[in-house]
Amino acid sequence: MSGHSSYQPSTGIERWIDQRLPLPRMVYDSFVAYPVPRNLNYAYTFGAMLSVMLIVQILSGVVLAMHYTASTAEAFVSVEKIMRDVNHGWLLRYMHSNGASFFFIAVYLHIARGLYYGSYKAPREILWILGVVIYLLMMATGFMGYVLPWGQMSFWGATVITGFFTAFPLVGEWIQQFLLGGFAVDQPTLNRFFSLHYLLPFMIAGVVVLHVWALHVTGQTNPTGVEVKSKTDTVPFTPYATLKDAFGVSVFLIVYAWFIFYMPNYLGHPDNYIPADALKTPAHIVPEWYYLPFYAMLRAITFNVGPIDSKLGGVLVMFGSIIILFFLPWLDTSKVRSAVYRPWYKLFFWIFVANSIFLGWLGAMPAEGGGLIALLFGGDLKGNYVGYSQLGTLYYFGFFLVIMPLLGLFETPRRIPNSITEAVLEQQSKKAGSATPEPAKATV
Amino acid sequence: MKKLATSLLSLALLAGLGIAQAGAQENHEAAGAEAHAEGATPHYPIHHPKNVKWSFAGPFGHYDKQQLQRGLKIYTEVCSACHSMQLLPFRTLEDLGYSEAQVKAFAANYQVQDGPNDEGEMFERAGVPSDHFPSPFPNTQAAAAANNGAAPPDFSLIGKARGITRGFPQFVVDIFTQYQEGGPDYIYSLITGYQEPPQGVEVPEGGHYNPYFANAASLAMAPPIADDQVTFDDGSPQTVDQYAKDVSAFLMWAAEPHLEERKRTGFMVMVFLVIFSGLIYLTKKSVYANKGH
Repeated sequence: MSGHSSYQPSTGIERWIDQRLPLPRMVYDSFVAYPVPRNLNYAYTFGAMLSVMLIVQILSGVVLAMHYTASTAEAFVSVEKIMRDVNHGWLLRYMHSNGASFFFIAVYLHIARGLYYGSYKAPREILWILGVVIYLLMMATGFMGYVLPWGQMSFWGATVITGFFTAFPLVGEWIQQFLLGGFAVDQPTLNRFFSLHYLLPFMIAGVVVLHVWALHVTGQTNPTGVEVKSKTDTVPFTPYATLKDAFGVSVFLIVYAWFIFYMPNYLGHPDNYIPADALKTPAHIVPEWYYLPFYAMLRAITFNVGPIDSKLGGVLVMFGSIIILFFLPWLDTSKVRSAVYRPWYKLFFWIFVANSIFLGWLGAMPAEGGGLIALLFGGDLKGNYVGYSQLGTLYYFGFFLVIMPLLGLFETPRRIPNSITEAVLEQQSKKAGSATPEPAKATV
Repeated sequence: MKKLATSLLSLALLAGLGIAQAGAQENHEAAGAEAHAEGATPHYPIHHPKNVKWSFAGPFGHYDKQQLQRGLKIYTEVCSACHSMQLLPFRTLEDLGYSEAQVKAFAANYQVQDGPNDEGEMFERAGVPSDHFPSPFPNTQAAAAANNGAAPPDFSLIGKARGITRGFPQFVVDIFTQYQEGGPDYIYSLITGYQEPPQGVEVPEGGHYNPYFANAASLAMAPPIADDQVTFDDGSPQTVDQYAKDVSAFLMWAAEPHLEERKRTGFMVMVFLVIFSGLIYLTKKSVYANKGH
């Protein structure tokens, strides 16, 4: 909603600054006067949580980097020095390691919100694509950060994940060696991962600026999916959205603190408290939980398709599962934005959420079982993780490639209100009856 | 309609997880009973660790200093013959309730290598509080050579470096019960878990059957401690069971020395955040109420 600025510098100093660098004006227009739809619910507060998490991660990370040594001989011990001897080092380190997880929890909820309310549809395609770019950068940052403590899972996770690239014909090995800085995970790998782990968050911050910029051009979506039409449809960002965001963030921080202070190692893997040993492979190499759904899809491809062997197939499926998100705005053919008015889409959306969680669980299980055919026709239901993963992968891609395009053609949407105000008033008059529908809140 | 759909879905999801999990459990049992008879991948450990009641569990958990002191005694008299604890300086033993002088005296019991001196020679001297626990072997290779090829793991972090996957739905319950004692539970179960192998189970040469071991049906370490091996002067029972508990608690402390401080800070943070959230919520409510229609 870039409109006229309503900023009025009230003092001489403010006027002086405003004429030279209108930064206060920009902040005022973007975070105070900025009009937001009046019907935003708590599903719209994850953006604020993500901003908070990015700041927490950068601040704690900068201090951790002051004490960390990026050397294969000393990295593990330097992290333990932080845990034991640095003042409140344990707090910084647990904030940072659990912060990564909570960053991902927030981003998954944020993405789910976008999927539910159709936030990716025109005119917000670029906004959505920038979001996917941020998500990709987060994945890279998280992965490289996990390598830094140089524990067993760090080392072997790095070995396995960089090994994916060798699946590509011709260039694969070259890419892997380029990433590793050698033929195996070693000192050059650790050095460059540390360098990039420090760099990428600032790139994330840069893309976040673009993301917010794009958001402020198109304006926010809202649970009805109807665009803002008049002034009565909106409220000023401050105090309305600010306070709602503040409450959402505060509750989010309670859960975050629960993990930092009471179960800081729950989301990690015990093996990462064993120093990296290139001669001892852990029994199960498991990536961090936030990659597990993708890991499950990678391992679901246990068969060759023509010239594509199972390894390349798995890697393609894994990368494809993220790349596909870029095309979402064009895969969804429905004219209706919000799932609130799309009964079938809503159903498939919730199956998608459940499927993603299920895939995440499967990613942590050993790759065993008879596969999909045995699952469906052979009655091989127990412990057939491969079969379930294949089923989940099928649904994951089916949701984007089949369900989304077709639903737009066949689904009959419910009646859409003419304006946000109408929807709000309707709901208020109905309030005596049933409870107000809750926003999409997927728990990860 | 939506509620119905979501609840149906969550049910379906739970059922799916349940079926798959049941399969996993079954594999577990089978692996124990029939070992690797049919070439199926065996799952270890055969038994899940026993759950011990630890003083340091839960939101107000704290270490029992008496217990840690007993654990230290067990470590120094028994475990330290093979297991190093490289990350721990003696000075941290003050956490266990010892005075500075006691820690000094304790450190002086050890001979540590120092140097080189002005002549370029390495020399031995009595330990001081800033020294770390000396390792029983000069290097990993020597440790492995003396122990059937498998170097005994360092104990600095073992309290956090072990833990058996709890499986569904336990891992969900754990979030609410704050279960973080997988390490000490595992160590306790391992020490107390040695037993005669069941009929038909072959234990390899130099192995000792233990269904609680994470990676196989047997391990190279013989039962490390026996009843009455370590003398306690506080009247605690001198049994393997008590030893196992005390040394596990000690190793948890060694791995996470700031646990008490962490939980104490956590409580203050929680109180603050809950009050803060409440105030923000009330502010938000009153601002929205004044919005007018």
